[in-house]
Amino acid sequence: MTSFLTGLGPIYPEIIIAIGAMALLMYGVFRPETDANAEATGWLGVLVLATAAMTVALDPPAPASLFEGAFVSDRFTDFAKLLVIAGSAFALMLSFDYFRRVKSLKFEYPVLVLLATVGMLIMVSANDLITLYLGLELQSLALYVLAAFRRDNVKSSEAGLKYFVLGALSSGMLLYGASLIYGYTGSTNFTAIAAVAQGKAAAESLGLIIGLVFLLVGIAFKISAVPFHMWTPDVYEGAPTPVTALFAAAPKIAALALLVRTMHGAFPGLGPQWQQVITLLAIASMLLGAVAAIGQTNIKRLMAYSSIGHVGYALVGLAPNSPEGMQSVLIYLAIYLVMTLGVFAVIVSLHRKEGQVVEIADLAGLSKTNLPLAFALFILLFSLAGIPPLAGFFAKFYVFAAAIKAGLYPLAIIGVLSSVIGAYYYLRVVKVMFFDEAKDKLLPVPRVPGMIVVAASVFVIFFAVFAGPVVDAAAAAAKVFKF
Amino acid sequence: MNLATSPILSIVTFLPLVGVLFIAFLPKEAAGNARYVALWTTIVTFVISLLIWMNFDPSTASFQFVEERAWLGPIKYKMGVDGISMLFVILTTFLMPLTILASWESIEDRVKEYMIAFLVLETMMIGVFCALDLVLFYLFFEAGLIPMFLIIGIWGGKRRVYASFKFFLYTLLGSVLMLLAMMAMYWHAGTTDITTLLTTKFPRDMQFWLWLAFFASFAVKMPMWPVHTWLPDAHVEAPTAGSVILAAILLKMGGYGFLRFSVPMFPLATFDLAPLVFALSVIAIIYTSLVALAQEDVKKLIAYSSVAHMGYVTMGIFTVTTQGVDGAIFQMLSHGIVSAALFLCVGIVYDRMHTREIAAYGGLVNRMPIYAFVFMVFTMANVGLPGTSGFVGEFLTLLGAFKVNTLVAAIATLGVILSAAYALWLYRNMIFGELEKPSLKGIKDMTPREIAIMAPLVVLTLFFGFYPAPVLDVTAMSVKKLVSNYEAAVRPAAAELAR
Repeated sequence: MTSFLTGLGPIYPEIIIAIGAMALLMYGVFRPETDANAEATGWLGVLVLATAAMTVALDPPAPASLFEGAFVSDRFTDFAKLLVIAGSAFALMLSFDYFRRVKSLKFEYPVLVLLATVGMLIMVSANDLITLYLGLELQSLALYVLAAFRRDNVKSSEAGLKYFVLGALSSGMLLYGASLIYGYTGSTNFTAIAAVAQGKAAAESLGLIIGLVFLLVGIAFKISAVPFHMWTPDVYEGAPTPVTALFAAAPKIAALALLVRTMHGAFPGLGPQWQQVITLLAIASMLLGAVAAIGQTNIKRLMAYSSIGHVGYALVGLAPNSPEGMQSVLIYLAIYLVMTLGVFAVIVSLHRKEGQVVEIADLAGLSKTNLPLAFALFILLFSLAGIPPLAGFFAKFYVFAAAIKAGLYPLAIIGVLSSVIGAYYYLRVVKVMFFDEAKDKLLPVPRVPGMIVVAASVFVIFFAVFAGPVVDAAAAAAKVFKF
Repeated sequence: MNLATSPILSIVTFLPLVGVLFIAFLPKEAAGNARYVALWTTIVTFVISLLIWMNFDPSTASFQFVEERAWLGPIKYKMGVDGISMLFVILTTFLMPLTILASWESIEDRVKEYMIAFLVLETMMIGVFCALDLVLFYLFFEAGLIPMFLIIGIWGGKRRVYASFKFFLYTLLGSVLMLLAMMAMYWHAGTTDITTLLTTKFPRDMQFWLWLAFFASFAVKMPMWPVHTWLPDAHVEAPTAGSVILAAILLKMGGYGFLRFSVPMFPLATFDLAPLVFALSVIAIIYTSLVALAQEDVKKLIAYSSVAHMGYVTMGIFTVTTQGVDGAIFQMLSHGIVSAALFLCVGIVYDRMHTREIAAYGGLVNRMPIYAFVFMVFTMANVGLPGTSGFVGEFLTLLGAFKVNTLVAAIATLGVILSAAYALWLYRNMIFGELEKPSLKGIKDMTPREIAIMAPLVVLTLFFGFYPAPVLDVTAMSVKKLVSNYEAAVRPAAAELAR
C-alpha cells in the first residue's frame, strides 16, 4: 500500500487538488449560503492550490513517469505547473471582491477553478494522446461553466455558449487528429509515436501529417493562435472579469506547455513539418494581435487581442525547436503570467457606483484621481509592450534571440515590427490615463487585488535586477528536451 | 577610497534614482520641495561626475573605472568610460541642474511627477554613455523613451499627444532592428561585452546588415534626413526643459552610437556605406537649413537648425579622420551647450508671453538688454562664428571632410552661410527694431535665476571657442585609436578599390 502511494509521487499535486475540490464542494453544500461562507471556500481553495504548489516545488527533479508512460513529471512540468497553479490561485483571489460587488459570490466558483486546474496540470504532464484529451476536456468543461458563471447576465451566458460551441469544435478536430495519428503510428504514447514518426517515410505519410495538423489546430484553438482566435475577444469581453483573468493566464500556459511537449515529445522527427505551421501561427498571431487591438475601446477586448499577440511571441520561441527556444518559451510564459495577472487585477478593481468600468475612455485622467493605480497600469502596459528595463522586454529578448540564432530572420523582423505596432495601443491607454482630463473618481481599490497589483508591478520593475534565478530555472527546465 | 576600483560609475548613474525615492515619499503638501530635492540630487551627481573627470587618465585609450558583475549568464553588467564617452557623461550631469532650475517656475502642475521623470531620464542617459554591454546599453537607450514620452505628453503644448506618440514610435521602430542586430552579434561572438566586440572581426556581408540595423536606430535618434520629422514636433511641443534635454543629450546618443558601434565594429561596412552617410548629411545640412529659413515658430527654427548641425556631426564621424571625428565630438558637445541655451532663451520669453511665434516679438533689446546679449552669444555660436565653440566643431569636421571628399566639404560649407542667414534673421526679427507691439511694452528682463542658468553656458561657449584643448585632450587618445584601427581594417578594401 505504502509503496503504491509513494509510487504516485509525481501525480500528488493533481490528487491534492482533486480531493480538495471535492471536499470544498461538500463544505459549500452543507454550509449556509452566505457571502462569508462562499469567500471562506475560496480562500480554502487558495490554500489547496498553495499546498499543491509546495508539492510541485518539492518534487524530485529527476524525470519520472507513471501509468505506462502516459503521465510524466520532470523539471519542465514542474516549472509549467508552478506557473499554472500560481495563475489559478491569483485569479481566484481576484474574484472575491468582484463577485461580492456584482452580488454573485458563490461557493461553486472556487470548486470549478480547482477542477479546471487539475485538468491543466494533467495537460502539462500528458505524455499520451489519451491523457492529453482527458486533461484538456476536464479543463475545458470547467471553464465553459465559469465563462457563463453570471447566469443572469446575457453577455456572460453568451460567452459561455460561444466558448462551449467553439471549444467542442476544436476538441473534435483534436480527436480526429489524434485518431489519425494513432492509426498511422499504432500507438497513443508520445514516446512510441516518436519512435515511429521519423525519417522519410513519416514525412511522406499523408495521414500522419494531416493528423499532426489537426492536432495542432485543436491546440491552436485553445491557445487562441490566429486564425483560430475568433472566440477570444467575445469570450474575454462577456465572461466575468476574474474569469477572463483566469482565461488569459492559466489555460494559456497549460496549453502552450502541452503544445511544447506534444511537438517535441511525439514528433521530434517531423520537426521541419510542424515548425512551418508554428511559424505561420506565430506571424499571424503577432500581426493580428497588434493590428486588431488598435480599434478596441473595451479594455477586456483589448487584452484579448493583446493575449493573442503574446501567444504569437511565445510561439516564436517554439519555432526554432532549439534549447534556447524552449528556455525562452518558459521565460516568456512566466513573465506573461505576472503581467497579465497584474493588468487584470487593475481591471477587476475598476468600479464606479454604476458598476464595472470596462471602457478605455472611462480611465481618462486616472493619474489625477488615483495615481498609484494609474502608475501600476502604466508600468504593466509598458512591460507588455516590451519596453526595457521592464520584465516584458526580457521575455521578448529571449524569444527573438532564439529565433535569430536559428536563422529565422523574417520571423524575428516581423515580430519586432509588430511589437512596435503593438506599442501603439498600449500607449493609447497610457495616454488616456495620463494626458486626458480627469473623469469621476473610481471606487477605492479592494485590498486583495491591490496587493496583487503592487506585487506584479514590483516584479515587472525589478525583474532586470533579479532576473538570474528565473532565467536559470527556465534553462534547467528546458534541458529536459534532447536535441 | 580608490576611485579606479570603486563602482563610481554605477553610483553616478543610479544616484538620481535615490532622489526619485525621496520625492516619491514626499507628502502631498510638500510637493514643492520636490524641486529642491531634484536640484540637489542633480548637483551632487554633477560633482561626483566631475570627480570622475578629474581622475580620468587622458593618456590612454582604454576603458577606465571599469566595473563588471554577473547578471544574466553570458550577459554581464559592465560599465566603463573612455575618452569618447567621458565628456558626454559630464555634459549630461552638467545640464541637468540647469534644466531643473529652468522648470522652477514654469512647471506648477504635478511637480513631483515632473521631477521624477527628469531624474529617471538622467539615470538612463548617463547609463547609455557608461554601458559596456550591448544589452545593458540597449536597456538604458530605450528606457529613456518612457520618461521623455511622459514629459512631452503631460507637460507639453497643444499637439503634445501627437508629438509624444510620434517621438516614441519613431525611435522605437529604429531601435528594435538594432536589437535584432545585437542578438546576431551575440550569437556570432558569444558575448555581449562591448570591449570584446570592439576587437571581433565580423564577416563583411554580416557587417553590412548589422551596420544597416544600427544605422536605422542611430539615424532616427540623431536625427538624419529623411527620418528627422519627429524632431520638430517633439521639440515644439515639449516643455522648455524637455527640449533642452532632447536637443542637448538625446540626439547625441545617435552620434555616440556611431562612434561606439558602427565605425569601430563594422569598419568594412562603414567604408562601403560612408558615401550614403555623406549624401544624407549634405542633404540635411542644405535642406533643413532652407526649411529653417521658412519657419514662423522659434522652437521649430531651432529644431531644424539642430538637424542641420547634426549633419556636420555625421559627416565628420564618417570621414573617420582624426580631425573629422574630433570635430564631430566637439560639435556634439558644443551643440549640447548652444542648443540647450537657445531653447532656454526661447523658454525665457515664452514664460512671459506664452507664444513661440517669431512675429509676436520684435525690439526686445529695448526692454531686455541682458537677454539680447545672451541671445546674441548663442546665435553667433549657432552660426559658427570664430571665437565661439560652434566654430571649432564645424571647422574641424569640414577639415576632415575636405581630406576625404572635397565636393562634400564644399557643399557642406555652403550650409554655414545658410545657418548665418536664418540665425541672424531670427535675431533681427526678435531682438532688433522698434518695440511696437503693445503686449511687449511691459516685458521684464532676465531674473537672477535665469541669469544664473545662462551664465555658465555663456562662459563655456566662449571659453571653448578660444581654448578647445580641454575637450580635445580628453578625446585625443580614444579618437586616435578609433581612426588607426579603422584604417588598419579597411586597408585591403581601400587598396582593392584603388586598383
